[in-house]
Amino acid sequence: MSSKAIHAPLREEEIRTLRAGDSVLLSGTIYTGRDAAHKRLCALVAAGEPLPFDLRNQVIYYAGPCPAKPGDAIGACGPTTSYRMDAYAPTLCDLGLIGMIGKGQRSEAVASAIRRNGGVYFAATGGAGALIASCVKAAEVIAFDDLGTEAIRRLTVEDLPLIVAIDAQGGNLYESGPAQYRR
Amino acid sequence: MRELDVARVEETVYTLFRRACCEIGEDVLSLLERNLETEESPFGREVLRQLIENDRLAAEKQMPLCQDTGMAVIFMDIGQDVHFTGGDVNRAIEEGVRRAYRDGCFRASVLTPLTRINTKDNTPAVVHVRIVPGDRVTITAAPKGFGSENMSRLFMLTPSQGVEGVKDAIVEAVRLAGGNPCPPVVVGVGIGGTAERAMQMAKHSLTRTCGEPSPDPMLAGMERELLARINDLGIGPQGLGGRTTALAVHIEQMPTHIAGLPVAVNMQCHAARHKAATI
Ligand code: SF4
Repeated sequence: MSSKAIHAPLREEEIRTLRAGDSVLLSGTIYTGRDAAHKRLCALVAAGEPLPFDLRNQVIYYAGPCPAKPGDAIGACGPTTSYRMDAYAPTLCDLGLIGMIGKGQRSEAVASAIRRNGGVYFAATGGAGALIASCVKAAEVIAFDDLGTEAIRRLTVEDLPLIVAIDAQGGNLYESGPAQYRR
Repeated sequence: MRELDVARVEETVYTLFRRACCEIGEDVLSLLERNLETEESPFGREVLRQLIENDRLAAEKQMPLCQDTGMAVIFMDIGQDVHFTGGDVNRAIEEGVRRAYRDGCFRASVLTPLTRINTKDNTPAVVHVRIVPGDRVTITAAPKGFGSENMSRLFMLTPSQGVEGVKDAIVEAVRLAGGNPCPPVVVGVGIGGTAERAMQMAKHSLTRTCGEPSPDPMLAGMERELLARINDLGIGPQGLGGRTTALAVHIEQMPTHIAGLPVAVNMQCHAARHKAATI
């Protein structure tokens, strides 16, 4: 499969060209965040307090890695199931978050936040934790250290293989893909 | 009566989890490879290729193949002629899990449900004990990730729904799960017993060699039929569309009450990890 190289933080022009079903290789800086971190981020938003990082044009990767072995940047680091973040994602998208990486279908509220804000949702391969770890060159906890694996980490990634699952034009590979192979 | 030092139980639990989280079985790998040959969807093939590469890489580097190293599920068949010595066997099991997750750099994924405070060492384990004849102990370590566990379902059907109702419920559970449980999945099914026993059978069926048919010809036939129906859903690897939604369906059954027809579906992702040893 031929893949398009893209770079995070993402540029709006770059996002506009992405369509559900495109394969991409993502390099640059992304942030991990899953259940507990999302709960805290949204509590900060509700309280009107500053967030630990500026969300504008950033990508959040729904992942809670294993501890790194000595000498490695990170342990196994595949995506977690995204629907658990559906309750929080629209709030973050409206604050400028442009990309999300996870696995599995999203709610209509998230798909519409993606359309409204010109964002994108990428699918990473669930369960490919060792393979994905080899694309992570550096990792550093930047917030909520007490959450352990659920802390927010800034990752430097190189050629992370992703598939565009939901685009800003209303394309959704979780709907169109299975429809094509159903018998 | 055979005396068995609990230190051996601890060591066995430790070794089994260290291996289970990093080394996928040949059974799963060969099914992934076989499906790569028949998968029609280009996304499906790409995902299967990545999974095969991932599983090889993990074994080679002795790192977890998936970051969700799961809750530590253990099946323990204890011979009735065994006498444990040297301490509390329950503590030995917990210690084996604790050390395996720490030394293996596995993820501490276990917390108190309501406070969400992490126990930090992936204990407690979920231990299913059976007393069996003999003087041996067989331990099966089956770390279970929650992407797939969350998609499990219990159906308390009525007897009038019959075999067709059972089949429909199983297919529906897989359809509703979609891409969430990291397909291709292994579908574990328990039919009969009580509510909790049905789910226990469903989970136990997942410790069978992946794709090996049930010894009961009627169940084996159902497994084949359901596998075909499930793959016709088109969900495909990772839910992106394709012909490989499940690698196998495993069913166990036992008698149930005249008023009931319990059906439990325990979903297992492609990271169908389990290792067993007899001591
Ligand atoms: S569902 Fe299985 S393969 Fe997917 S992330 Fe969880 S443990 Fe890993």
